[in-house]
Order: sequence, then C-alpha cells, then structure tokens
Amino acid sequence: MKAPPSKTTRAKTDAPSGIMALIRTAEIDTRMLTMVTVLIGIWIAMDLLTQGLFMTSRNLYNLAVQSSVVAIMATGMVLVIVARHIDLSVGSVMGFTGMVIAWLQVDVFPLGAAWNWPSTVLLGLMLGAMIGAWQGYWISYRAIPAFVVTLGGLLMFRGFAFLVTDGRTVAPMDATYQLLGGGIDGSIGATWSWICGLVAIAILGLLTIRQRNSRTAHGFSVKPMWMEIALFAMWVAVIIGFVMVMNSYTKPRSDIARGIPVPVLALIGVVLVMNMIARRTSFGRHVFAMGGNPQAAELTGIDVKKMTLIIFVVMGILCGIAAVITTARLNAGANSMGQLAELSVIGGTSLAGGVGSIAGAILGAVIMQSLENGMVLMGVSSAMRQVVIGLVLLIAVWFDTLYKQSR
Amino acid sequence: MKLSKLIPVLALGVTMTVAAQIAAAADLVVGVSWSNFQEERWKTDEAAMKSALDAGGAKYISSDAGGSAEKQLADVESLIARGANAIIILAWDADAVLPAVAKAQAEGIPVLGYDRLIEAPGVFYLTFDNVEVGRMQARAVYKVQPKGNYVYIKGAPTDPNADFLHGGQVEILKAAIDKGDIKIVGEQYTDGWKPENAQRNMEQILTANNNKVDAVVASNDGTAGGVVAALTAQGMEGTPVSGQDGDHAALNRVARGWQTVSVWKDARALGKAAGDIAVQLAKGMKGSEVKGAIKWSGGAKGVKMDAILLAPVPITRDNLNVVIDAGWVSKAVVCQGVTKNPPAACK
Repeated sequence: MKAPPSKTTRAKTDAPSGIMALIRTAEIDTRMLTMVTVLIGIWIAMDLLTQGLFMTSRNLYNLAVQSSVVAIMATGMVLVIVARHIDLSVGSVMGFTGMVIAWLQVDVFPLGAAWNWPSTVLLGLMLGAMIGAWQGYWISYRAIPAFVVTLGGLLMFRGFAFLVTDGRTVAPMDATYQLLGGGIDGSIGATWSWICGLVAIAILGLLTIRQRNSRTAHGFSVKPMWMEIALFAMWVAVIIGFVMVMNSYTKPRSDIARGIPVPVLALIGVVLVMNMIARRTSFGRHVFAMGGNPQAAELTGIDVKKMTLIIFVVMGILCGIAAVITTARLNAGANSMGQLAELSVIGGTSLAGGVGSIAGAILGAVIMQSLENGMVLMGVSSAMRQVVIGLVLLIAVWFDTLYKQSR
Repeated sequence: MKLSKLIPVLALGVTMTVAAQIAAAADLVVGVSWSNFQEERWKTDEAAMKSALDAGGAKYISSDAGGSAEKQLADVESLIARGANAIIILAWDADAVLPAVAKAQAEGIPVLGYDRLIEAPGVFYLTFDNVEVGRMQARAVYKVQPKGNYVYIKGAPTDPNADFLHGGQVEILKAAIDKGDIKIVGEQYTDGWKPENAQRNMEQILTANNNKVDAVVASNDGTAGGVVAALTAQGMEGTPVSGQDGDHAALNRVARGWQTVSVWKDARALGKAAGDIAVQLAKGMKGSEVKGAIKWSGGAKGVKMDAILLAPVPITRDNLNVVIDAGWVSKAVVCQGVTKNPPAACK
C-alpha cells in the first residue's frame, strides 16, 4: 500500500519542523504522550529505588492485576465526567454487589453446583445495572445533582454491603470462580497469551490499513508511510513485550508460564467495548455532545435524560465487574471492599484531565497503582504513601492546567 | 385567670414533675454510647449486655455515634439527660470523648470505658487484654515456626489497639529476633484494617523477598484473609499466619490448615461483664469494690484506673471445638470443604 505522493508532500510542507511537528503529524495526543512519559519515569525511578525489583515480570504481573479493578471502573468514570457528572458511590456499589455475589455463592446457592458461580456473576452485574438505573433516575429525571445522589449512594450502598450478612465476611468462594481473580491458576498460559497477542496485532494491522484507505478515499491527509509503519511497529512491540513479560512469570516451584491474568483480559474486554460504545455508537457521540454543551445537545433533539440514565447504568455494570474480580481475587466477600476506591477511580481519571479519553483514564489508574505498588516494595509507610499520591495527583493536574493555558 | 388559682395548678405540676423524676431515679437506667454500630460484633456485645442488664433489673438505653467523635459527645450528654445512672462508652476517639466523660462524672454518673481505653481518672476500664492478644498471636506462630523470615501485617495506623497488639507480638518474638533466629523481612500497617490492602501489601512483600517468607503475624482475621489470598497465589498456603476475632471464614481457614491461630475474644463475655459491672456501679458501688477489679495503669498517660482485663482464647486446629461448643459457629461452617487431614473437631 502506498500513499498518494501529493498528500504526503502536503503534510510535509504544512507542518513546521521539529519534534512537536512530528508528534502532530503522527496524531499523538500530547497529553497521552505526557502521561506515558510520566509513567515510564515513575517506573524507572521505582526500579532504581527498589534495586531492580519493580521491573521484574512478577511485579509487573502484580501491578497489572492490582490496576485492573480501578481501571475497569475508571473507563466508566470517563463517561460520567464527560457528561459533567460525578460518581462518588463506585466504591460502595462495588462493595455491595461484591457482598451480594459472595453471599449468594456461599450461603444461598448450593456449593459446588456448576451453575452457581455464573449465575451469581450475572445477578451481580444485573444488580450493578439496577443500582446505576436508580441513581441515574434521580440525577436525570428528578434533576438532583449527581454529587448529592451518589454521595447518598456512597452511604446507602456501604450500609447495604454491611447488611447483606450483618458484617460477616463470606468465604471461601467457588474454586472455578477464583480463577477470575488472577490467582495461582487465574491466567491463560503461554500459548493462549501468544494467540491473544497475535490476534491483537492482526486486528490492529487491519484497522490501520482500513483507516488509511478510507482517509485516502475521502481525501483527508494521511501520515507518511514510514511514520505509519513506525507507529504500528511500536504497538506490536508493546503487545509482544507485554505477552513476553506475562509469560516469563512462572507458577511457583515450576517453569509453567502464567501468561495474561484473567482480570487483565477482563480489563481489555471492557476497554474494547467501552471504546466502541464511546466512538461508534450514537450513544457515545451523544454523551460527548452533551459534555460539550448540554443545552445545545438538548436542542438538537438528544434525549439528555435518557443518556444520563444509561451512563449510570453502564457505570453500575462496571462496578459489578470490578466486584467480581475483587471477590474472586480476595477469595472472600468483606463489607469493607472498595472503601475509598472512588478516590482512586476519580483520581486516576482526573490524572488524564478527565476529558474523555478512556486510554488516558487507564493510564491514570496504572500511574496511581504504580506509585502505590512501588512504595510498598520500598517499605514506605501507608501515611507517607497517601501524602505522595495526593501530591502527585495535585501536581499532575496542575501541569495539565499549565499546558492548557500555554496552548 | 387569678394568680391564686394559678398557684395550686403550678404546684401540682411541679409535684408531678418531681415525682416523675423520682420514679425515673428509682429504676436503674444504664446508657450505652456506641462508637460505630456498623460492625458485626457490636450486635453480639449488645445482646449480651442487654440480658445482663435485664438480670440486674436495669433499663437499657443507647445511642450510636456512627463513627463521629462530635456526635458521641452529644450522645453522652443526651444519655445523661435521659436519666442514665451509669454510662458505658465504646469510644470512637478516646481523647475527644473526654469532655463528655468529665460532664458525666460531674453529675456523679460512673463511666465504664468499654473495649477501647478512655484514659481518665475514675473511669472503669473493661476490655480484652489486647497486648495479650498480640502475645498469643506471636506465640502460636512461633510455636510452629521458631526460625526464619517473619512478616508483620499490622492493623490500622489510626487504631491504638493496632499498636497494643503489635507490642505484644514484638514482646514474644524479641528474644528470637535478637538471637538472629527470626528476621523481620516486611512490616506494614493496613489502612482501615482492609483485607484488600493486606493482600496487596503481602503481595509486595512476597515479591520483595522472592517468596522467602516463613511466617506472617497478621493482627486480625480480616487482614489474615488478605494475607492467605496472597500466599495462595504463590502456592504458599499453609505458611503460618495469625489472626484474631474468630471470624467464621478464619475458623474455616484454621480447619483447612491455612491459618495457624485466630485469637478469639468472646464478645458475649465482654458484653455480659459490662452489664454486670454497670449495674453495680449504677447502684453506687465504687470501681475498686467491683469483684475482680485490678489497678491498671498501662495506658499512654499512665493514669491509674480500676480495670478488668478479660483473657482471650487462642483458637488453633487443636481446640476448634471450643468455638463450636460455645455456639459461636456451627461445625458445618468451620469444617466446610475440609477434606484432607481434618482437625479433631471436624472428624
């Protein structure tokens, strides 16, 4: 495939020289670039401070699993924040749905039945959706600020989480269900990891070619061929690198590769679906239109109320998924699950400037978790960790503001 | 209305009010100020307390501060206003509650500090011996693993009990640490006593030590659950782990051999003792006259107080029958899924 020469020359003549120009031509979001740089900086610093412990395959595997719960919820928080709302209740909703799942699985349904855990997962997700609908209803149809509704939710659902079993911790969970938590057998092994990686590369390649063709067909400028190839190669390297790292972490006392952990697969699945919803559906476009200008959106005939309701339903379902992973990982349902998780989720999303990039929200979540993870490796006290993470959040958003002003 | 007619009416009213107050004073009333009822165990305490008060012929009134130091101040004041003859306080913040304690004492109402220390002269202190709990945890783990790499998973940094516990743990292990038999390779507080935090901290400690961990002294059953989950992910279940509270899930882990000990503080014993003591205090008995009371001054300020410290029971696989026989938990729950090498209580 070759780009028409005229387009290439135009791109070249239009763009000023220098690195910034290159970045612009490559259509890389500069904010994303900053975040990736920050993340890499943190990783290198942590690796140096922990004498090389941080960048071991084992710790990166841990980091991936630890980040996935917050990242899953952060993808939904992006939509919520884009639509100019907030959801303070995510931690409590996660705790409540998690408790219901654990309680159904251990105390209500027969232990060991094959249908037990799938039905609890399904019911958990439905409960999440219903809670989302409840909160969405008050926010959209009763016009109560989301801050108030979800603050109420934060208290209510935390209370419900306690009431499910009167505060008793429910354990242990179904053996198959535990795989969802990414524990000792909760990963897909070397072969499947490679298959996943190769499929991802193939899809990425197809998408790149299709996008390029359609741009050419519609007369838009395309990136220079070498840049297209370089970007593609970079992604291939990232995917292969990720699979290799996950595969080089072996199960204890053996050399069986673990491969990609199930929570990370869940996260990838969520990201794909959420990205599709945000970009390819009318719902996604309407949400972004609402965020840009709610009044105008309403005037153009977008059912803002219904959209708001759906956003919160989606958020609720994501909390349900996060609850499944947390209970499977902990191998228990405890009523304190997800306490203060709303801060990590909102914090991670805000790191990305909170303006609607799902990838950014995930990067934010990974940055927050990297700090936490690395500092525990170093043996930093929990009080000091809170101070550092709070400061990083503040400084990151400050930089973002500076960047916006300078533009 | 003429004044002469009004006076008898007023007099009658005053007499009635006074009479009502005397009637109220005749019945014993014991007020309980809970710090945060939002926790499973306090319900057990409350039930035991109520029945002890019933037996002693006292009326139970209560309020719940819901985890707010300010609300607890107002709560204690309202208990005084409602005519309590003795007040049991489960302090949310041991220092912030002091003004309310002073107010009660000024009214001549005896105060019983329940479970958490309220360090003020004249307060009766009733608790399980938390330092002893820590000692029991360390002792049980030390017994099965007298050498090697140890990890401390401590409680919430904001809870003074976390440090009492840790103090007891260190006391037992200190000699072996000094001798070099035991090396502490990781030590972390657990924010909010949350199992997830304990799990993450344990994962990181295991990573930092390349799994070379031989025993974990965890401060309660919730954190122990997180620790066991982290150990299981490394195929290391069975590594000695301590805990406390007698959580059902933890007792099941003990039966399975995944947890060494759960130090059990029978909340019903504590609740009953509080009820009994409160009745005695309400009747005007001095703290030092209460049966079994000792002089205690082990708090941070060294205030000398009358106290009763109940002894907890360490539950290991050898005495799981204690919790089952006491009706704390059913055998089915303790022994669920225990197949290989079942403890005596599950046979």
